[in-house]
Amino acid sequence: MPPLPYDEMRTPDGDVRPHYQAFADWLARTPPERIAQKREEAERAFHRVGITFAVYGEDSGTERLIPFDLVPRIIPADEWETLERGLIQRVRALNAFLHDIYHEHRILAAGVVPEDRVLGNTQYRAEMQGVDVVGGIYAHIAGVDIVRAGEGEWYVLEDNLRVPSGVSYMLENRKMMMRLFPELFATQSIRPVQHYPDVLLENLRAVAPAGEDRPTVAVLTPGPYNSAYFEHAFLAQQMGVELVEGQDLFVRDHTVYMKTTRGPQRVHVIYRRVDDDFLDPLAFRADSSLGVPGLLSAYRAGRVTLANAIGTGVADDKSIYPYVPDMVRYYLGEEPILNNVPTFKLYKPEEREHVLENLADLVVKEVHGAGGYGMLIGPLATKAEREEFRARILATPDKYIAQPTLALSTCPTLVAAGVAPRHIDLRPYVLSGSTVDVVPGGLTRVALAEGSLVVNSSQGGGTKDTWVVAP
Amino acid sequence: MLSRTANELFWMARHIERAENTARLLDVTYRTSLLPYQMLEPGLAWAEPWAVPLVAAGLATPFYTKHPQLAAEDVLRYMIFDSDNPSSIFSCLRLARESARTVRGAITSEMYEDLNSAWLEMRTKDFDRLQSYGVQEFLDWVKMRSHLFRGVTFGTMLRDEAYHFIRLGTHIERADNTARILDTKYHILLPSAADVGGAVDYYQWASLLQSVSGLEAYRKIYSDVISPRRVAELLVLRADMPRSLSSCMNLIHETLKVLCDERSRELARMGGELHAHLHYGRTEDIIRQGLHEYLMDFVDRVSALADEITRRFLAPTY
Repeated sequence: MPPLPYDEMRTPDGDVRPHYQAFADWLARTPPERIAQKREEAERAFHRVGITFAVYGEDSGTERLIPFDLVPRIIPADEWETLERGLIQRVRALNAFLHDIYHEHRILAAGVVPEDRVLGNTQYRAEMQGVDVVGGIYAHIAGVDIVRAGEGEWYVLEDNLRVPSGVSYMLENRKMMMRLFPELFATQSIRPVQHYPDVLLENLRAVAPAGEDRPTVAVLTPGPYNSAYFEHAFLAQQMGVELVEGQDLFVRDHTVYMKTTRGPQRVHVIYRRVDDDFLDPLAFRADSSLGVPGLLSAYRAGRVTLANAIGTGVADDKSIYPYVPDMVRYYLGEEPILNNVPTFKLYKPEEREHVLENLADLVVKEVHGAGGYGMLIGPLATKAEREEFRARILATPDKYIAQPTLALSTCPTLVAAGVAPRHIDLRPYVLSGSTVDVVPGGLTRVALAEGSLVVNSSQGGGTKDTWVVAP
Repeated sequence: MLSRTANELFWMARHIERAENTARLLDVTYRTSLLPYQMLEPGLAWAEPWAVPLVAAGLATPFYTKHPQLAAEDVLRYMIFDSDNPSSIFSCLRLARESARTVRGAITSEMYEDLNSAWLEMRTKDFDRLQSYGVQEFLDWVKMRSHLFRGVTFGTMLRDEAYHFIRLGTHIERADNTARILDTKYHILLPSAADVGGAVDYYQWASLLQSVSGLEAYRKIYSDVISPRRVAELLVLRADMPRSLSSCMNLIHETLKVLCDERSRELARMGGELHAHLHYGRTEDIIRQGLHEYLMDFVDRVSALADEITRRFLAPTY
C-alpha cells in the first residue's frame, strides 16, 4: 500500500489546517447552488476573455479552456519562505552551472557531474561555448515544478529552464478569484502576484546589452497557432512591449530590428517563446519559418539578449537533474534547501538492476520527455505496459530515469459529486536579472480525474489559484 | 508599432465595418424588395432587387457560380452565412476576431472580449432560426455589434497609433461601402419611366436613406420631399453626416496627417487630394458627371489610397 497522500486542507485527524480555516468556513456556509453559480460565472468569463489553449494533435486552431477550479491551493507564509529561499538558491546554482559548462567546464573537471552527460547531451549547444551573456544569466525565467509528498515534505520534480509556460494562468486565476470572492481577500492577507509582469520587464531590461538607457524589449512567439499564444500575447500586453513573430524581425550588421510603421527599430532584448531549434534557420533547423535568419550571429556578437539563453535545455534535462543538489554545494558552498526526488540513473548497471526488479513501484520517465508523455507510472500500469518499458529500458538505458512513486498531495477540488481530494503540484516562477525574484505562489495544477497523478493541461489537468497566506 | 500589427488592426476594423455595411446593404434590399419594381427584361436576373447587393459588393460572379438561379433566400445565405464568401457577415466577424486574437496585445481587453463574444454568438446562428426570428432583427443585431465595438474602441482605447490604424480601416471601408450602397439606386429600376419622381421612386430613396441611418438627418436638414440631388448631397458632400463620403475623407485625412512622416509624402498627397475633391466638391458637378460614374471613380480612388497605405505602413519591404 502506498502511503496516504498529504491533504493540503485537513490533518490526518480530519481537522482543518489553520491556514485553510477561513476558506473552509466559507465553503461550509455557502450553499452548493451558489458555488455552482460562481463556477458558471468563472467559466463564462474565461470563455469571453478567450483564455484558451490549443491542443497538439487536434485540428489546428482548436481552442479549449483549461479547467479552472474554485478551491484555492493555500500555502502558509512560513512554509513559503523556505520554498522561496530554496528556489532562489537552486536557480542561482543552475545559472552558475550553465555559465560553467559553456566556459571553463570546472564542474566537469572536478568530476561532480560526468562530462559525457553534459557534452554528449543533445541539449548541449556547442555554439554557446565561450559566448558571454549579460550578467552570466542563462535561465532568466525558470518554472520549477514542486510536489509535496506523504509526510508534507517538498520535492523538486523538474527544473524548466527553456520556455516554461503557465504564468498567465497564475495571473488570470488570481484576477478571477478576486472577482468571485472579494470577501475572502478582504478578510485575510493573501500575498499579491499581479506585479509579475513588472518584475519580468525590469529583469529583462537589466540584461540588455551594455550601453542602452532605454532598451527595447520584445516577446517572440511562434504565432497564433501555438498552444501558448494566449500567454505570449498576454505577457507582451502586460509589459507594454511588442509581440513579434519571426517575420517581424530582421538582422542587419549583427543587429536585430523590427519592421514598424516608422521604419526599422532596433530590438535589444528578446523574451523568446520559440525553442532553440527554431530560432535561426541559418544556424539551427533550416526549415524553420518561425525564426529570424542571422539571429545567432547577432546574439554571439552581444548585440541582442535572448531570454532564456540558447542551450539552457541541458540543465533541465532529466539526466542532469540528479546532480542539481551537488551543483548547489559546488557553486554556492551551501546545503540545498529543496530536495530532489531520489532518482535512479539507468545507465548505471546496479541502479538499472534495482529498477527493473521494482518496476511496479516506480515511475519511469524518458530523459527528454515532457508534458507527461513517455512515462510509466508503475503502480497504475498494466503488466504489458511494464514489460514494454522493461524492453525499452534495456534497449536504451541512457534515455530513462526512475523515481519512487510519490503520493502527490491532494487539495479539495470541485467535482461532479461535490468537493473531493485531487492530486496537485506547484510551479513557481523564478525570475533572474539584476536580482532573483519569485512572486509568492505560482501555478497549481490539479489532476482532475480521480486518482490521477498527471496534472498536465494537455492530459486533462486543471489549475487553481495559489495563495500564500500570512498568519 | 509593428507593421504586421498595424495591418491586423486595419483589417480588423475594416471587417467589422464591412459586416455592418453588408447588413445595411441587405437591409435596403429587403426594404426595396417589398416595393413594386420592374424587370429590365424578363429573366435578366441582375435587374432584380436581390441582385443589387451582389453587384454592389462585387460578388455577382462568385455568387452565380455557386447559385445559377437568383433567389432571395440564396442571396441572404450567401451574404450572411457562407464561409466561402470572404465578405459574408460570418466571414467578416470571424476574420475580425482572428485579427483581434492575433494582436490582442495592441487592443484593450474589452475590445477583444467584445469581438470574441460577437463571434461566439454568430456561431450559434443559422439560416432557419434567422427566418423564424426575422431577417431584419438579425441585421439590426449586426449593426448593434458594430456600434458596440466602435463604442468600446472609442471608450477604452489609448489614442495611440493602434487607434489611428483602426480609425483608418473603419473609414476607408465605410467610404467604399457608402459609395456602393448609394450606387445601388442606379441598379434598381422603376416600374416605368413615368414613375421617376413618383411614389415608388420616393420609397426607394427613402429606404436607401434609412439603410445608412440618413432618413432622420435628411428630414432635419431639408424638411422637404426626398430628391435624388439632395440625397447625393447628403451622402457625398455633407461633412456633418457621419456616413457620408466627405465625413469619411475628413477622418482619413486627419488620421493620415498624424501618421505620415517624410517617408510617406505620396500617401499624404493622395489623401489630401481626395479630401479636397470632396471638401470642395459641388452637387451640380456630381450630377453633371453622373452619380454612378462619380461614385465608381471614388471607389477606385479609395482603393488606390488603401494600396498606398499598405505599401507605406502595413507591409513594407526592407
